[in-house]
Amino acid sequence: MPHRRSLAAIWRRIPQRYRMESTMCETCGTHFFPPRTFCPKCRRKGVLKPYKPNGRGRIYSYSIVHVPQAGFELETPYVLAIIELEEGARLTAQVCDVNFSELAIGMPVEVTFRKVSEGRNGGIIHYAYKFIPTTEQNK
Amino acid sequence: MEKVAIIGVGMTKFGEHWDKGLRQLIAEAGAMAVNEAGIDGKDIQAIYGGNMSAGRFIGQEHIGALIADAIGLTPIPSTRVEAACASGGLALREAYISVAGGTYDVVVAGGVEKMTDVYTEQVSMTLGGAGDQEWEVFHGATFPSLYALIAKRHMHDYGTTEEQMARVAVKNHSNAAKNPLAQFPFEVTIEDVMGSTKVAEPLKVLDCSPITDGAAAVILANERIARKVCEDPVWIIGSGHATDTLALHDRRSITTLDASVLAAKKAMAQAKVTHKDIKVAEVHDCFTIAEICALEDIGFVKKGEGGKAEEDGMFDLNSTVSVNTSGGLKACGHPVGATGIKQAVEISWQLRGRAGKRQVSNADIGLAHNVGGSGATALVHILSREAK
Repeated sequence: MPHRRSLAAIWRRIPQRYRMESTMCETCGTHFFPPRTFCPKCRRKGVLKPYKPNGRGRIYSYSIVHVPQAGFELETPYVLAIIELEEGARLTAQVCDVNFSELAIGMPVEVTFRKVSEGRNGGIIHYAYKFIPTTEQNK
Repeated sequence: MEKVAIIGVGMTKFGEHWDKGLRQLIAEAGAMAVNEAGIDGKDIQAIYGGNMSAGRFIGQEHIGALIADAIGLTPIPSTRVEAACASGGLALREAYISVAGGTYDVVVAGGVEKMTDVYTEQVSMTLGGAGDQEWEVFHGATFPSLYALIAKRHMHDYGTTEEQMARVAVKNHSNAAKNPLAQFPFEVTIEDVMGSTKVAEPLKVLDCSPITDGAAAVILANERIARKVCEDPVWIIGSGHATDTLALHDRRSITTLDASVLAAKKAMAQAKVTHKDIKVAEVHDCFTIAEICALEDIGFVKKGEGGKAEEDGMFDLNSTVSVNTSGGLKACGHPVGATGIKQAVEISWQLRGRAGKRQVSNADIGLAHNVGGSGATALVHILSREAK
């Protein structure tokens, strides 16, 4: 992790990083990830309510990263991607358990829960969503 | 609104200045600009200093006062301006607004970054702060990887090739070879770029701008002062600024920087020019794909045609539009907070016929385009030999 963070900074993101909880705007139907405080399109007419994505989506773009961000040295090279969720929101995450030769824009993926990085010198271990190629049962 | 002119410019050599700190760099660039403007320090009423992250690069904050101190201009007002890699461009705009609005007659717009006092890994962490720490960098995003996501999608949607991106580096290195202040004043070939170390596929190390120390400064004045002290003022005839979501994934499109499109439209509308009037441009090529997107977003070519146009040499020195004559961020160097000011310095030299071996013939209108992060901030300025 680039910055050492307090426990509170990690703790308050648990709903999104562990369970992908977010918000959507009832007025225009737009799904956000991460949650927004208000809808940038509807502004004060927007009504936000919680939703949880079904965890399925497609690779919108990807890169195999050879020079890592600090804290990611052990898993380099790794695949960083923008995933478009079925609900429409896009997010940045790693794609794992994938042959690099099979990677493609449009490839169906589903969410999984993994270790993301480890603070050095015994720091906090960060867990969050990553994505894997869609498994047989979800095809 | 007052007309605003650049009446003096200065910049340090860009590169690894192991023997100079941030103070010396900005003092050197500032003194050059003041001397060239032919004004006295006491005529300067305010400073706007672009700096992205002295706090993380050298542990120093309070850069506004530090710049006033370093160039011996205390007690005048001095403001640090930050918009990641667009800090310099935004400092220029804030300075422009202050003179155009009549608050001041003469101000300095400067930019400085001291990046080589920390290890590369720490530079990478700090630059990550130009993106979204919580939703991009947390997952392992680096700046090259964000632009790699743009490149991969651009290749998918428009058939852009890695060789076309490499062509941008070849052109900008060729220009830098004619610029004594450039960090990398030497040529590279397509094969050199294609064979260089992979950073974040499809980007290789020669697709990326370097880590650089450097500073640049321009003196802005209203028409009354400019006409009195300067024989060949360069007029700022358009200024556009726009923002977008901090995270790349939240954008409407990741291959069009909407902020660049909007900033360019605003600046060109104010200047009453179109892209056809612009003969020389400095655009934000932090990565080769960024130059291709910039040229499309500003409107020199249609979306998707940038790679082909680069391949055809449309943006080479003294072709349709001479782009990144300084060598760009790629080969002149990218001291992040100084870049936006350096662009204005280069365009001023071009319009005044002082660009040496890289001089563009008949350049009368130029454009400077500066981006923060992966496109969350964009600045476009139009500079002209004639006041409008």
